[in-house]
Amino acid sequence: MDKGGFDKFKGSPDYVTSEALRNAVNVSIALKRPLLVRGEPGTGKTLLSHSIAKDLGKNLIVWNIKSTTKAQEGLYVYDTVQRLNDSRFGDKNISDIKQYIKLGKLGEAFAATEEIVLLIDEIDKADLEFPNDLLNELDEMSFYIPEIGETITAAHRPIVIITSNAEKELPDAFLRRCIFHYIEFPEPDLMEEIVRVHFPDIRGNLLSQALATFYSLRKIDDFRKKPSTSELIDWIRVLIASGTPEKVITSEIPFAGTLLKKETDYAYFINTFMKKKQTTKASDN
Amino acid sequence: MFTSFFYTLRERKVPVSITEWMTLMEALSRGYISTLNDFYYLARAILVKSEAYFDHYDVAFQEYFKGIKGPPQISEEILNWLKDPLTRLLLSEEERALLANMDLDELLAELEKRLQEQTEQHDGGNYWIGRAGTSPFGHSGQNPSGFRVGGGGGGRSAIQIAEQRQFRNYRHDLTLDIRQIEVALKGLRQFNRTGPEDELDLDKTIDATAKNAGDIEMIWRRSRKNKVKLLLLMDVGGSMDPFAHLCSLLFSAAHRSTHFKDFQYYYFHNCLYDYVYRDIEWRDAVTVDHLLQNTEPDYKVILVGDAWMSPSELSTVYGAIYYYERNRKPGIVRLKQIADHFSHCVWLNPESTTYWNEPTVMMIRKIFPMFELTIEGLQQAVKKLIVKR
Repeated sequence: MDKGGFDKFKGSPDYVTSEALRNAVNVSIALKRPLLVRGEPGTGKTLLSHSIAKDLGKNLIVWNIKSTTKAQEGLYVYDTVQRLNDSRFGDKNISDIKQYIKLGKLGEAFAATEEIVLLIDEIDKADLEFPNDLLNELDEMSFYIPEIGETITAAHRPIVIITSNAEKELPDAFLRRCIFHYIEFPEPDLMEEIVRVHFPDIRGNLLSQALATFYSLRKIDDFRKKPSTSELIDWIRVLIASGTPEKVITSEIPFAGTLLKKETDYAYFINTFMKKKQTTKASDN
Repeated sequence: MFTSFFYTLRERKVPVSITEWMTLMEALSRGYISTLNDFYYLARAILVKSEAYFDHYDVAFQEYFKGIKGPPQISEEILNWLKDPLTRLLLSEEERALLANMDLDELLAELEKRLQEQTEQHDGGNYWIGRAGTSPFGHSGQNPSGFRVGGGGGGRSAIQIAEQRQFRNYRHDLTLDIRQIEVALKGLRQFNRTGPEDELDLDKTIDATAKNAGDIEMIWRRSRKNKVKLLLLMDVGGSMDPFAHLCSLLFSAAHRSTHFKDFQYYYFHNCLYDYVYRDIEWRDAVTVDHLLQNTEPDYKVILVGDAWMSPSELSTVYGAIYYYERNRKPGIVRLKQIADHFSHCVWLNPESTTYWNEPTVMMIRKIFPMFELTIEGLQQAVKKLIVKR
């Protein structure tokens, strides 16, 4: 497949990707548009940018968004209170405003001397207007600081990865400028690959038993929170550490608490599922 | 190039804009694409910005690149039939007797059989079987992530992928999970400043500091908090049983939402009469008069019910279907009392709008704005609730 200089991201050894995701990443790099990634919790949205940074050998700047984060904070903060405070003592030159201007994560990314990867994590946590406030900056890759009359322009356009949990609807104007990818829950084949990355020496039998059990649990619609990849990894770690015999994995589902994190789910699981099992086979855990 | 694909997409209600289309053209002109498969993913990543539209995209893609129409209407009908358990009320006496003799498993088997018969003639056959899993009949064996029947990853062509329509369950017009309900409920917000003074008021601090001859004087203020109080009234009568799971999702979402100033909930059966209940077993009763007296009119009220009953149950004294209710006032009067007391009320109906021309539904719709209990309906209801009067 001839794609010129386009086919850059191939996935790093510790992060398994699907073809569609690699395509989306490469399209976003080539077209210089932010990549918006959504998906179920535990499907590796955040890890993606770490993997991109590692694979392309670039530095990563992470901007974690909280419910109180304002767009302005990502650009710069003008520490007026510090300046006001300093004004009382006269030991600093308070007319030099520059020392009170602190660049935010986005500002840092623009000011970087080389191309970097910028992760804006969980953008939907912030206020509804937050993405709109960043539109222009992400488009132009520059912003103006009126206090000191300077414009910060990105010499190298950062690779911008944005993750979202769909807690809020994102504004259309913002979406129009992004490349979008939805990380689906991995199929058993891909999941096997993912588990092998974490446990290279895992016995095939244990792996297949664990995966079969895991996917059968995920099929139960009544769970409030279905187990996800990270829970599977934890569970397999416990199974290996405890030396659980392979044959009881499917029949007894030991350490189910690792997979089911909600009390109601666990109770449901014990009541319906385990009781059924116990009638066919006496439990010994 | 492909311009008619753009219109096919828009026809299929994928919200594609010119900006995105031009971006795609730019990508194409750089020659990034060598196969249809590449094109499928590239175009999707650029044009479609929510998994809710992936299915619309798949349908449009199939239509454009294969020259075939979307799934025949009959399939949608089956789907609706599956989704809508109350259709069985419309069956003939014989059929109903037959169904009554079946236990749940048999009923499910029958369903599946019929489903299979219907779908064998269609392309998307595998697909419809999977859908059965989410029907309110409680067929939990096949869930949205488990339904995929066709081959694994890799070797499939774009059209095959589109044909599978695996994103069907992400569509907005379907009711989904608790999280989405929570997201919709998050719209119920009206802020005002309450609570402890824990936020620095910069302007006032500067003023005070200036007045204080430059010695810093901090002024604090109260932070903004949501003032919305929610009252949820849920019908748990017999005809609501098929929707029990859906209603419990709504309840959990409202219960989990931490952003309400106050959240109260009561149950009723069939229609609101003299009493509402604190528990689903109807043991802990509260009179409606007491409720109205002790609940301020600024509570936002969400009533959930199918609003489907015999007209006499709604309009006559002692009309309650449960004899022990012995209602002194007709249900409709009670409902009007609620509507008069609270300034913002909505009624969420889990039934699809096709059944909304039943007499009692019509009567209740005159009192409360009614919305379908889907994500879309809930969003509209939330908007209605925060509108200023």
